[in-house]
Formats: sequence, structure tokens, C-alpha cells
Amino acid sequence: MKSLSWLIGLLIVIGAIPMITHDVTLRETVFIILMYIALAESLNIILGYTGYVSFGHIVFYGIGGYVAFLMIQNYGLNIIPAMILAGLFSALVAYCLGLAILRLRGAYFAIATIGVNEAVKALITNLEQVGGAEGIYFNIKVYSAYGGAEHAIWLSYYLMLAVTIAVVIVSWFVKKSKFGLGLMAIREDEDAAITLGVNTSKYKTLAYALSALFPGMIGAIFFFKNGNIEPESAFHLTKSIEMIFMVMLGGFGTVTGPMIGAIVYERIRGFLIVSEMFKALHIAISGIILLLIVLFMPRGIIGFVRDKIPALRRFVE
Amino acid sequence: MILKVENITKRFGGLVAVNNVSFEVNEKEILGIIGPNGAGKTTLFNVISGIYKPEKGKVIFDGKDITGLPPFKIARLGIARTHQIVKPLNELTVKENVMVGACFGREYLDLDSAEKVAEDVLKFVGLYEKADLLAGKLNVPEKKRLELARALASKPKLILLDEVLAGLNPVEVMEMVEVIKKIRESGVTILMIEHLMHAIMQISDRIIVLDYGQKIAEGKPEDVANDPKVIEAYLGDPELVLKLTKR
Amino acid sequence: MLDVWIDSIISGILLGLVYGLAAIGLSLIWGVMKVINLSHGAFIALGMFTAYFLFAFGLNPYLGVPIIFALGIILGIAVYFVALHRIIDAPELSTLLSTFSISLFIIGLGTFVWTTIPYAIDIHVGSISIGNITILGTKVIAGIVSIILTILLYIFLYRTKTGKAVRAVSMNRVAAELMGINTTRILALSFGIGIALAMTAGALIATIFPFTILSGGVYELKSFVICVLGGLGSPIGALVGGLILGIIENVITLQIPTGLVPFIEFTILVAVLLIKPSGLLGGEV
Repeated sequence: MKSLSWLIGLLIVIGAIPMITHDVTLRETVFIILMYIALAESLNIILGYTGYVSFGHIVFYGIGGYVAFLMIQNYGLNIIPAMILAGLFSALVAYCLGLAILRLRGAYFAIATIGVNEAVKALITNLEQVGGAEGIYFNIKVYSAYGGAEHAIWLSYYLMLAVTIAVVIVSWFVKKSKFGLGLMAIREDEDAAITLGVNTSKYKTLAYALSALFPGMIGAIFFFKNGNIEPESAFHLTKSIEMIFMVMLGGFGTVTGPMIGAIVYERIRGFLIVSEMFKALHIAISGIILLLIVLFMPRGIIGFVRDKIPALRRFVE
Repeated sequence: MILKVENITKRFGGLVAVNNVSFEVNEKEILGIIGPNGAGKTTLFNVISGIYKPEKGKVIFDGKDITGLPPFKIARLGIARTHQIVKPLNELTVKENVMVGACFGREYLDLDSAEKVAEDVLKFVGLYEKADLLAGKLNVPEKKRLELARALASKPKLILLDEVLAGLNPVEVMEMVEVIKKIRESGVTILMIEHLMHAIMQISDRIIVLDYGQKIAEGKPEDVANDPKVIEAYLGDPELVLKLTKR
Repeated sequence: MLDVWIDSIISGILLGLVYGLAAIGLSLIWGVMKVINLSHGAFIALGMFTAYFLFAFGLNPYLGVPIIFALGIILGIAVYFVALHRIIDAPELSTLLSTFSISLFIIGLGTFVWTTIPYAIDIHVGSISIGNITILGTKVIAGIVSIILTILLYIFLYRTKTGKAVRAVSMNRVAAELMGINTTRILALSFGIGIALAMTAGALIATIFPFTILSGGVYELKSFVICVLGGLGSPIGALVGGLILGIIENVITLQIPTGLVPFIEFTILVAVLLIKPSGLLGGEV
């Protein structure tokens, strides 16, 4: 519990700074950091705890984004119920999809998830009812229900903070639960897990649904704030990879790892984009960094620190 | 009688790995299964524990037909097993490994009770000192004990041991044999596959012999060992059998 | 109407052969190394640009094929030692990510140098007309070159000592090692050949369609679909899978918008994975 309160405390502090300073630029930065943390923690449930490499995880963010966007635009729904609906819908899609594709193991599962993301993207791009390739833009009037665009943006910020805190709490409790123990048994050896009595297909599917729930909500918030949604940004495979990158950088299978990974990644990326010298090369440099992590720090920052300072093991989950 | 295997047949393509095998296991006995490599022993275990569905036949456990049930359900009914090639959950601690068995086994315990059970079981198999080590760091004999501990933690009525003695040195074999005897004393029925003849002959109440997927003999260890059919099929070297059974 | 269909089918076969070539590379890498090469698309794009610059320097891209192939082997071997050798026995996630990081590197650098403006190789080799059907010469040559390379690969795999060693490693690496095969060399070479096939396929595609540094991604995804159709690890399966995909793609676009092709391709991909993960024509190298 102690380590959880530290993590939540940290989140609240980070989240409160822009509220106190009313610094808009800072708010945007923190918004992105929070989003990254929440996405990385979500992915960690299926990738880090369960050991299934979901390469196209961004599909749930995109689906959530579209569901909420259409609900708000066409039916005048408030963002909060729209966000919850979007999350539940993403989770439902993951559950049904999981029943099928979670029978695949290892690389086959990874390829299938890429396939799912690309298929959904192609489908939406060709559906004129949801705006096709150009996507959809909010009617100006949408934000007036929230007291104008500025208020809507602040509301998005609060929602993102709340969702991020929720994700971290859920991750922590999953990790500490019997459910989590079952997931980790699956990660280590699925055949052993099933003979030990773990209902592997049920557990995997639930983990997949849970790991899709929050990205659906995050997509809803992001595109609500953004004011427009289009397939290329909703289902961008690179974002999927960014999520994996953050989990790996911080240390997969831990609660603290994805959080640290997300913060560090956002900082690196921010630095690379701002710096004149690196701006154009930031993708190539991200590639080199990712390679270095995979080769030399496979258990991420947390794993590295825990190996070097065993005393920290008790405190870092 | 706790387990009844009736006319089990399991094929892989053209190969009949288990051919019409039937036998019964009585409560609290140790039944040994021997046979040359490829005789179908592990396949038989995989059928009993639900990993393979047999083409023909039934497995009755505790009066219930469990044929074709998924492995996790069979585990929860009270059949636990160890694997010939150990399957430790490497990145979990030794204690967590055992807790998995306790949590999802017959008693389906919550985490706290599972932890207590895990500690008891680890003491029982002599791994308590290593409880907080990652399972991947154990050596092979320790991993074998861990397999056993995990299976025991599920509080099974029947435990299937697949070559738990293989790869151990003579002292370790002795220790493991003692542990197995203690398990039987605690009231658990044991069905075990073993290649180490002298050990299984000494420890088993009864023995069945498989060859090319078929049961070719069944009976008391000394009877089986002297059965010419067994000698021919199993070793092809009667002197070696004599040597082994005398010990 | 019939002419349109025949035209589409022939185009499909010719393009399918080229797609098949790229997919064979992916399949070979999987078969031998058990690595899903996520940098395949980046190397396909690199092949496109190599052909472009060779052409710009006055070299016919078809004559450039051996050069591109050789360059591919060298680059592939280099990448193997930099990014894969250390983690060849690690869980799949590691090799997925390390090959992906190579892809990020190439695409990042490529975007920096060449931007994402489309390039095209302005080559004319005429066309073949039979009745009302006209097939572009570039497609015909691309198809023929793909067949030749596939045959050469088969001769290499089945008739040479090194090729047999490659197959041995793909069947059982540990056993091959015990038999005295230098598996590191074989793994590096296989990755080299896989990359060389990707780059060559890219070069051939570049003679037919315009391209950018990002174009490789599309063909990489096609290669996945093809490999899954034909069975990962089976080169001949990849070739057949390529033909199937090429024909499907060219025929269905007569009926439905081109944009929906990826949707159909991936639906096929996921469906095949679920029904028969070893591929419709699954088999060993």
C-alpha cells in the first residue's frame, strides 16, 4: 500500500501544478504525460502481467475516440458518460476479439493485433458515415455546453488526471491480487498455469478487456479535447509502439515502471522535438534508444535499479 | 478406488501413443508406471490431466467422468501433477510459484491462506530457505522439489509424478523418495512414472508396464520384474533386471 | 468485361510474384531464426531508393538487382550482429522490438534525407499486347526476375552445402550446432538473404509504382498476410501465398474501393491465423 500511495501522491502533485500556476503550456505537457502514463499502464496489464505482446493496442484508443466523438456529436451526450461508454465499448470489443485471437501465442498473437488495428483503420477510412479518411470535426456548439472551449479543455485535463489515477490504482490492485498471480503464471508458462488450475482463457480475456477499457476512455478524452478525429491519428501504429516503448523503458510487469517509462519518454521526445538539431531525426534516435534498451536493459529502468540496489525491491512494485 | 482409466486410446496422426489402456488406482496407494522411452507414459498422464483428449475411452476420478474436461477443471477437482521437464515460473519467487498451486487448486484459496499453505509445503519439501528467491535461480534438483511443492499446495487427492527422480544424484534420490513416502502417509494417492528401476520397485505398491502404448503387465513389483514379457519388452536384458530388483 | 478480368488476373500474378519474393524473405527469417522481422518494410523501402539512385546514375535497375541483392546481404548481416545476435534466444518481444527499432532508425533517417515526397523510376520497357489486353513490360520483367530469384534460392537451399545447413538450423538449431554447423554464421547469413530479398522486391516494385520511404510498410503488411496464408517458414508457401494475394487484390478492386483492400487482407490474415495458424499450406523450410 505504501508504494501505491507514493505513486498516487506523485501523480496528484504533477497533476496539480498546472492547476495552481494556470500555465497553459505546462497543462498541455502534463496532459500528454498523464495520457502516456495511463496508456502505458493499461498496456502493461496484458503485455507486462500476462505476457501477450499486443502490438496494435492503439486500436482500442481509436475505437473509444470514435465512439465518444459520435455520441457527443450526434446525440449531444455529455463527455463523462460518453467516456465511460467508450471505455466499456472498447473493453467489450477486446473481450470478443480476445476470445478468438488470444488462442494464438507469441509472435502470431502480435501479428494478429497489428492486423486488427490495420483492418479497423481501413474500415473506418472507407466508412463515409463516420467521416471516412477526412474524419469528423466537432460542431462549434458542442463546447458551449461546457461553458466554452477553454472550460472544455480544463475538464478534459481533470478527466485525464482522474483516469490516470484510476489506472494506476487498478494496476496496483491487479498486481497484488489472485487474478494478478494467475496472469503472471500465464506469462511465465501458460501450460504450467493451466495444469495448476488457472482458467487461462478466462483470465487472458479479462486481462485483455481490462487493458482495453482505459485506452478507450483516454481516446474519448483526447479526441473530445482535440475537436476532431480521423483514422490516421486514431489508429496510428506508431502510437502503439510508443506504448510498448514506454513499458519496456520503465520496466514491464511492474506498476512503477510504465509510469517512469512514460515520463522519461515524454521528456526525451520533448527534448528531441524542441532541439533544432534532433527535431528531424527524432524517429531515428528513438529507434537507437529502443534498441539500446532491448539489448542492454531488457528489464527497463526499474529492473536496472532493482538489480543495482536490492534494498529498493521492497518499495518498488 | 480413486481413479479408473477405461480403454483409453490416444493417437497422433498415424501413431497410436496409448492403445486401449485400462487400470485402476486405489485410494492411498502408490502405483508405478514403467516402460521404455516412447511407451506412452507421459501421454497417458497428459490424457488424465486433460491436456489431450483421448479418441476413445474414459477417465473416472472420484466417481466422476472427467474425460475431456479442461486441465484447470481437473486440477480443481483434485488431480495435481509434476512435469518431466520442469516448468518453473521463472520470474516469480519460489513462494509465489507454490502459491499459484494453492490459489487455483482444489481448495481455491485466497492469497493470504495460500501464502500460509505455501510456507508449510515449502518446509515439507525442504525449500523454505529459498522461498524468496526467483524460481529461475534454482538448480535442477531444487526445481524438481518446486514442481512437487506446487502440486502438493493444491491439496490434491491424487498426484501424478512424472520422473521426479530423473537427473538426481543418489543422495538426492534418497531424499526425494523419503518425501514421496511422506506424501503417501499424509493420505494422498500417488501415480508415478519412473525410469529408475530400483527406486520405483522399492516404493510402489503395484506397478503397470506400458510398451508401445499398450499395457503388457500389472501387479506387485517383484511379479512384474520377473514377468518374461516385461523383461523382453522393457530391457531385453534379464540379468540387468535381476540386478536391479535385488537391490 | 472478360478482358478486364484477364488483365487483372495477369497483373495479379505478376505482382503476386514480387510480393511473394518479399514474403519469402520474411518467411526465411522466421523459419530459420524464429524472428518476426518488423524491419522488413523499411528494407523494402531502402531497396526502392537504392534502385532509384542506381537508375539516376544511369544503371538499369534490372542490371542493378545483383548489386542490390549483395548490398542487402551485407546490411542484413550487419544488422544481425548489431541488433539480433545478443537476444536471439530471448523471448519474442525482444526481437520484435529490436527489429522494429531498426525500422524506426531507417525510416527516421530516410525521412530526414528524402522527406516523404513520392519518388518514381521513370523507366520504359514497352508493353505486351495480346488482343485487347496490354501488360506493362515492367510488371512482366519484375515477375520474371522474381521467379528467377526464387529458383536460385531453392537451388541454394537444396543443392548447396551452406543451403542445407540453413535448412538444418531451421529444423533444429541445437542439433545443427551439435553436428558442427556454425549456427551464428548461418543465422547471420539467413537474415542477410531475407533482407536481400526484401530489398530486391522493393527495387522491382519501384519500377512499377511511385514510392516514398514509408511505402515499405504496406508491403511488409502484405508479406505478413502472405506468410500467414502460406505458412510462416515455408518459402514455397510464401510464393503461392503471394500469388493468391496478388490475384485477390487485383480482382476484388474491380468490385470494391481500393481503400478497403487492407480491410479484406487483414480479415483474411486474422481468419487464417485463427483457423490454421500454421498456414493454409503450412510446412517446414
